[in-house]
Parts: sequence; structure tokens; C-alpha cells
Amino acid sequence: MPHKTIEKEIEAVTIRFAGDSGDGMQLTGDQFTDTSAMMGNDIATLPDFPAEIRAPQGTLPGVSSFQIQFSKHEVFTAGDAPDVLVVMNPAALRVNLNDLVKGGLLVINTDSFTEENLKKAGWKSNPLLDNSLKDYSLMQVPVSSLTKNALQQAKIKPTEVDRCKNFFALGLMFWVYGRTPDHTIKWINEKFAKKPEIAEANVMALKAGHNYGDITETLQSRYVVKKADIQPGVYRKITGNEATALGIVAAATITGKQILYGSYPITPASDILHQLSKRKNFNVKTFQAEDEIAACGAALGASFGGNIGITATSGPGVCLKSEMINLAVMAELPLVIINVQRAGPSTGMPTKTEQSDLLQAMFGRNGDSPVAIVAASTPTNCFDYIIEAIRIALKYMVPVFFMSDGYLANGSEPWKLPKISELPRIKVEHPKTSEGPFLPFVRNEQTLARPWAVPGTPGLEHRIGGIEKADKTGGVSYDPANHHRMTELRREKINRIADDIPPVQVFGEKKAKVLVLGWGGTYGSIHAAVAELQNEGKSVSACHLNYLNPFPKNLGEVLKNFPTILVPELNMGNLLFMIRAQFSAGADPSFGGEGIHAVGYNKVSGQPFKIKEIKEKIMALL
Amino acid sequence: MTPVQEIPTHLPYNKEDFVSGAEVRWCPGCGDYSILSVMQRTLAQFTTLRENHVFISGIGCSSRFPYYMNAYGFHTIHGRAPAIATGLKCTRPELTVWVVTGDGDGLSIGGNHLMHTMRRNVDLNIILVNNEIYGLTKGQYSPTSDKGKVTKSSPDGSIDYPINPLCIAIAAEATFIARTVDTDPRHMGQILARAAQHKGVSFVEIYQNCIIFNKDVHVPITGRENREDRALYLEDGKPLIFGKNKDKAIALNGFKTEIVDLASVKDQSKLLIHRENDPAPNYAYLLTQMEYPSMPVPFGVFRCIEKPTYDQMLNDQVRLSIEKKGKGNLEKILYTDDVWTIEDKRKN
Repeated sequence: MPHKTIEKEIEAVTIRFAGDSGDGMQLTGDQFTDTSAMMGNDIATLPDFPAEIRAPQGTLPGVSSFQIQFSKHEVFTAGDAPDVLVVMNPAALRVNLNDLVKGGLLVINTDSFTEENLKKAGWKSNPLLDNSLKDYSLMQVPVSSLTKNALQQAKIKPTEVDRCKNFFALGLMFWVYGRTPDHTIKWINEKFAKKPEIAEANVMALKAGHNYGDITETLQSRYVVKKADIQPGVYRKITGNEATALGIVAAATITGKQILYGSYPITPASDILHQLSKRKNFNVKTFQAEDEIAACGAALGASFGGNIGITATSGPGVCLKSEMINLAVMAELPLVIINVQRAGPSTGMPTKTEQSDLLQAMFGRNGDSPVAIVAASTPTNCFDYIIEAIRIALKYMVPVFFMSDGYLANGSEPWKLPKISELPRIKVEHPKTSEGPFLPFVRNEQTLARPWAVPGTPGLEHRIGGIEKADKTGGVSYDPANHHRMTELRREKINRIADDIPPVQVFGEKKAKVLVLGWGGTYGSIHAAVAELQNEGKSVSACHLNYLNPFPKNLGEVLKNFPTILVPELNMGNLLFMIRAQFSAGADPSFGGEGIHAVGYNKVSGQPFKIKEIKEKIMALL
Repeated sequence: MTPVQEIPTHLPYNKEDFVSGAEVRWCPGCGDYSILSVMQRTLAQFTTLRENHVFISGIGCSSRFPYYMNAYGFHTIHGRAPAIATGLKCTRPELTVWVVTGDGDGLSIGGNHLMHTMRRNVDLNIILVNNEIYGLTKGQYSPTSDKGKVTKSSPDGSIDYPINPLCIAIAAEATFIARTVDTDPRHMGQILARAAQHKGVSFVEIYQNCIIFNKDVHVPITGRENREDRALYLEDGKPLIFGKNKDKAIALNGFKTEIVDLASVKDQSKLLIHRENDPAPNYAYLLTQMEYPSMPVPFGVFRCIEKPTYDQMLNDQVRLSIEKKGKGNLEKILYTDDVWTIEDKRKN
């Protein structure tokens, strides 16, 4: 007989699933997320996994985790600290225990707490026996053996049985939070359609986990997180990389142009390549090149041919592409470079997030070589800003960096789907004829873009290249005055983009004691921290940049109204460097005195900001 | 072998139509002048529209080539022309795309791209101008310079073993591989025409004379005095015969080629017969190993085989994808099966 449990309503929960990298924790987290989103909660996720495909089993480096916050309110991050921690082995406990809130629910697969596993994870004594978990609400579940019992009738090999244990754990957590397993059952049946016996076993494990919650008296209460009050509309769950890929596909449709996506596999950008390689019927071609350089080169070759060249990578790849990007600057051809940033320098920490490549995008080339830079700030707006990057590249005939990061790329949230009719329209015209000899460097008066005449157009045959060109005619030129003028034109062309982008918005009062200025993937933590402090009556506002070069035109005016500007960044001060340079008294006399007073808040641990961290930093400045 | 295209009676172009008018800035006496002139003359023999020819180059003396051709041109960065040309050809397969590179550009800094472009069989025409020296940077040894070569950067003699460009092409299984020389415009014209006609990657090495930094480097092989004995002109289906009096031939001895006196060969079937279309690369590789001074150096088409091209296969996949899934519908991939709807509460 199922025992009576009390149902308690709560506002929001953060759960972290942690186990060995072979335990299927990403999949488990993903399924919990899908179901929560479909049940109407707002969600945000943070997957965290090792770079090694299979680090040695049971060891600390092999631990993989997936954190999700779901709430009846709007959420901006995956949660500072988990309220619930589900661990599949002693290593996962050791890596994650410190993050669990005191009094939080700790669900442990006790079967894995063998002497050998404890040793591998560096536990001197068994934490299940030595009272070291007394601060938590402990739920000990022999997940492996319960899964084995439940699958006695399953038609799979004994070695495959243990691999179903993550579904048992998922089923149990579904029960605790009153979620239906239906969506996951459907997903399993589709995913393993060709292996029905595996599908059946996984469903059995999932149901067994769900029933276990129901029939045992381990838990006194179930929790209910009601539907969030979010904007009406049609939603789907999406990660930043998926949104980026869809934005590229949308851009092919909007522009009516062919896209060549050149890429060399690199974490965390490869998923975009995987997504796009399935989209050939959308006029999107993917080219997996021999290296980062060729990936960028092929994209530029496509642009030369009148198509949209896009290349994607992470920071180390940008190092290799920089010469090609510079060629695009000089040849004045459109090119979009996606940088899904990760912890650097060099190989750094491939699977960990950081936003330390902004100055690389700004300056990482020889010569005076300005490019436009836009950045996404949520997983979903990767869709909007990749389209925006493409729009700018085509209109101004310039390379544009689109900055994403590991956190945005892999994190997911509900996406209110745009109406196709509301997507931006982007029109491109290529010259067809010329009165007199064709002049490839005569410019559009408004944008300063040169004409994009494409091979195959009779009468417009011309030559471009990386060597300096004479203004208007495009002939090779070493003329000193011409080089100066062309350098100015290339800069002015980027500056004029500022007339074509929306002004930056202030969240909160336009005058306050502190302005928190951020860019890119830190939006969620900053926004949540500032919103909480505003509710407490504190004099703080926030401003988040999606356009980094050029800055929105009103940025200086916004900054002037705040005596202190806090710039939290997952780097050692990239944006801080840029705003100090541009809004110093010397660079912009309208600031007078000492210019802006900006202070950095820097974190480079491979992890996103916690809301708490930013709140504390703001409080120290108030 | 692809038969040489018949020359139509009314050609749309003459050589001058391919002259861009930009001042040519190679050193007087540079072998590149001859290559430029032969290229312009060769293109005038074809009906391919001028606007459909694109010349893409890297960095180096020969890479200035596009500026002098009245066609579309892109003078890019060091070694990367094959990558840029690949992107162009994949998206604009109807264009005739030429890559002009040199021994430094193509085999040193751009060796990686050259190799991968050839193995993919992208339908490009790659012209590698080989003068065994770095000219534009004023005289350092190149990857094709002989070991022991004394240059500005190797005053005690280069200790690099040289690379043979055609070996790289064969290792990458390029589908058209040929060699010609700047001092033989007639032969060069035939080879360029064949390269242009070939569907798939064409790789042509042109022996070229750098009059300033490596004067007469190829003269021992191609000089007027020497060439009949030291150069061997390949003809498909025929034995490899050379010598002032056409009295010497090449035969196979085990895995090696050897020179035989034609008069002394009783059984003509023992002679090596040139086969451009041998699908295995082994034979063409043997030819690349015929090097001066021990053997005569072959010129002409080493290899010409048919194989589906990268750009063709990519476009076939696109076509099949559209046939199978229909032309992409944005609505369908945005609004997938797993969407959910949040109702407007105000209405309730």
C-alpha cells in the first residue's frame, strides 16, 4: 500500500545530478529539464562535464554533473547552489558535496560505496558511516541493486543492466517533484526504436524508480513547484548551440542566400557543426576542414563568391583564423566568426566556460584592423544575435565576431518561439553592371560598404587581396596618403554600425549609486542579483551589452549617471579595459574630471557567476 | 585520357581579352612572364566565359598572377589559396577556379591545404610554379631547394632534404598530375589546356627560372643543350623514348626504372608504355622518382583519372537532401514536436 505523503509547495528547486562520466548524468539532467519545461516551470541548466570522454571510472576527474533550476517564477541562472544532490558514486559525492546547501536533500546510490570506489575518490572513511553527512537530509538508495531487481525480466545482457540505473534515479526524482515520467518514456521509445529490448529495460528502470518513491517510506514529503507565470506563447527548450545553428538556418531562409559553414571540430563549438550538417536542404553547406585556417578560408572563399561564409570555433581556433579574418578586413568581404569561448589560454579547460576572448576579438590581428563584435547573453538569444551578426556582415562588408561561451552553448532554457513573419528581413544586392570601368572600392555613402560584385558577372571582373588597395579603383597601392585614408575608412565603416543598432537599456533607475555593466553570458547572474537588490530597496541598476564593437551610441550617456560602475566578467577585465579606454577623460572630454569610475569583478574558475557572489560585490560598493 | 577539346571556329576571345592592364612587376627575364602569357593565350582557346574564370593565389612572386589576368582574382594569404578556392568552388561549382602557388607557398607554409585539397579531389586547377627558391623574400632556400644549397639563410649549405611536389600530389592521389617548364610555351599551353579540361583536381608543376636568386636552376635538365638527353616527354600509350636520336627508352627492372638502348631491345613489350589512366598511383610514382642526373626527367601528364569530385558530391548530397526531405521549411524545424504552449491567462 502506498503510504501517505505530504505535498509541500515550493517556489523553486535546484537539483544537481552527479556521477561518473559513463553514468549518463547529462542525459538524466536533460530529461528532467524537458519534463519540467513541458510542465510549465521556467528552467535554466548548467551541464558540467570533463573533457575526457571516459576518464578512469570512479575517479574525481571523471565526475560529470548536470544542474537544473526549475521554478514557478522566471529564472535567470541554473541556481547558485543545489538544494538537491543526486550522486551515483563516492567521487561524485566528494566533488559536489561542498556545493549542496546545508539541510539539502542528498540522494546517494549506496551500492557504489565500495571500499575500492571510496579509495579512488580519496575518502579516508565511508561518509555514509562516519556521520560526516549529518548536516544533510540523507536518502540512501541502493540504486544499482534495485535496478537489477527491477530488470530481472528484461531481455538485455547482464552487463547492460547497470547502465539503466540513471533512469531509476530519474524516476525517483520525478516522483519526489510530482513530475510525470510520460515524456521520458516517449523519448526512450523513440531514441531506442531500433533496440526495443533496451528501450523496454530503460522504461522498466524509470518506472521502478518512480514506484520506489511511491511505496517506500524513505521520504516524508513530495514537493510541488507550480507552473511559472511566463509570457503566453509557444515554447521549446533549447541550448545556445542549438539556437545558434537554427539562427544560421533562419538566415539562409531570410536572405535567400547559400551559407557555407566551415569548421574544424573543437569543444564547445562542434555541436553547431553537427546540427548544421543535417540541414543541407536549407541551402546550408557544411565543410569540415583540415584545420581552423582552412575552415575560415573556405568561408571567406564562399563570401567572395557572393554567399554567406561562416566559421565557428573556440578561442584557440580564433588564434589560427586571425590571419584569415584580417584578410576579410582588408578585402572588405562579409564573414561571420563564431567564438564559443572556453577557459584559456592555450588549450585551457576545454569544457569549462569563460569570456576571456573579447580583447582577442578586438585586437588579435596585425595592423589597424577593426571588426564588429556582437555577443549573445542567453541561450535563446544566440538565435537573434547570430542573425544580427550576419546582417551586419552583409550590410557593411566586414567580418563580425559572434561571441558565445560554454555556459550559453550547453545551457538550456525555454525559448518563446518567434513567428516566422516577425524575423528580420535582410536584403543583399550585387551590382550587375558598371558604367565605365568597374571600381571595386567605391563606397556606399551611408554604410561605406564597397560593392559586392561576384564572379560570374560579366564586365565586373576585378581583383582584390590582402595587399593595400587604392581607394575607389582597387589597384595595388603603396601610396602613403592612400594607406592612411583606407585605414580610416575601415575604422569609420565599423564606427557607423553604431547608427544601426539599438541603444542600450538600463534595468532600474537611470541614476543610482552603482551600475552593474556586463556583457555576454553573465546576463542571468547579473540580472538576478540586481533584481534581488532592487527589491531590497538598494540603489543599483544594471546594463548588459550585446554589441561590443562598436558600443551602442548611448553607452557613454548611460555611464555618466553612475558614480561607480561594477564590471563583473569571467576574465581578468576585458570589457573593463575597453570602457576605461573609451570613456576616460582623455578619450572622451565630455566626461571631464577623471572619466568614469569603473571597477572590475573577475572570476576565472571555469564556472559561471553565482548570484550571491555578485550581490556581495555590489553590497560592498553601496 | 580526355580528348583535347576541338577548337570552335568562332572563339569569343583573343589573348588580349585576358590582359588586365595592371603593370606587371616581375623582374625582367622572370619565368613568370612566360607562364602568364601562355595562360592568357590558353584561356582564349576556350569558350568558357571570362567572367567565370577565377584566379586565387597566396603569397610570393607567382602569387601576384591574379592581378595581371583580366578575370576575377583574389590575392590571399600565404599558403591558404587552396582553402579559399575550395570554399568558392563548393558554393559556385559553375566557375572555373585556378589556384596559382609556388614552391614555398604551396609546399611549405601551405603544404597542409595543398595536400587536403588534392585528396578531396576538389575541381580546381592548381599551378605550382617551382623555382626552388624564395624570391619575394629575396633568396632563402625553399622546400624544393637541393640539399647543400647555399643561400642567404643557408650560408653553409641547406641541410633540408628537398620535397618532390609530384610525390605529394601522388600521395594525396590527385586525379590529374603534370609537369611542364616555363621555357617551352607550346608544351605548357597543352598542359594548361588539359588541366583546365580535367574534371577534378589538376596539379601542374611548372619548372620556372628565378633570374635573380636561382638563375638557370633547371638548365641542366631543360636547357637547349641538354633537354633532349635529360628531359623525357610523356605521351599516352607510347613507350618512354628520349635522346637526341630518339634512341633511348625506359624499361622496368624489378621495382625500378632503367635506361635501355632502344636498338638493343629485342622484345619491345619489355619497354615501359606510358599510361595516364592507371588507377593505381604506383606507376606515376615511379615516374616521379626519375630524377636528374641519374635518369631523364619526365614532362607531361603523369596521371589523369576520373573520380567523383568533392564539390560534385557535396552538391549531390544537397540535391538528395532536398529530394528526401523537401526544400527546408523554417517553420517545421523551429516548431518541432516537443513544443508546449503557455496559454494567455487573461483570456480565462
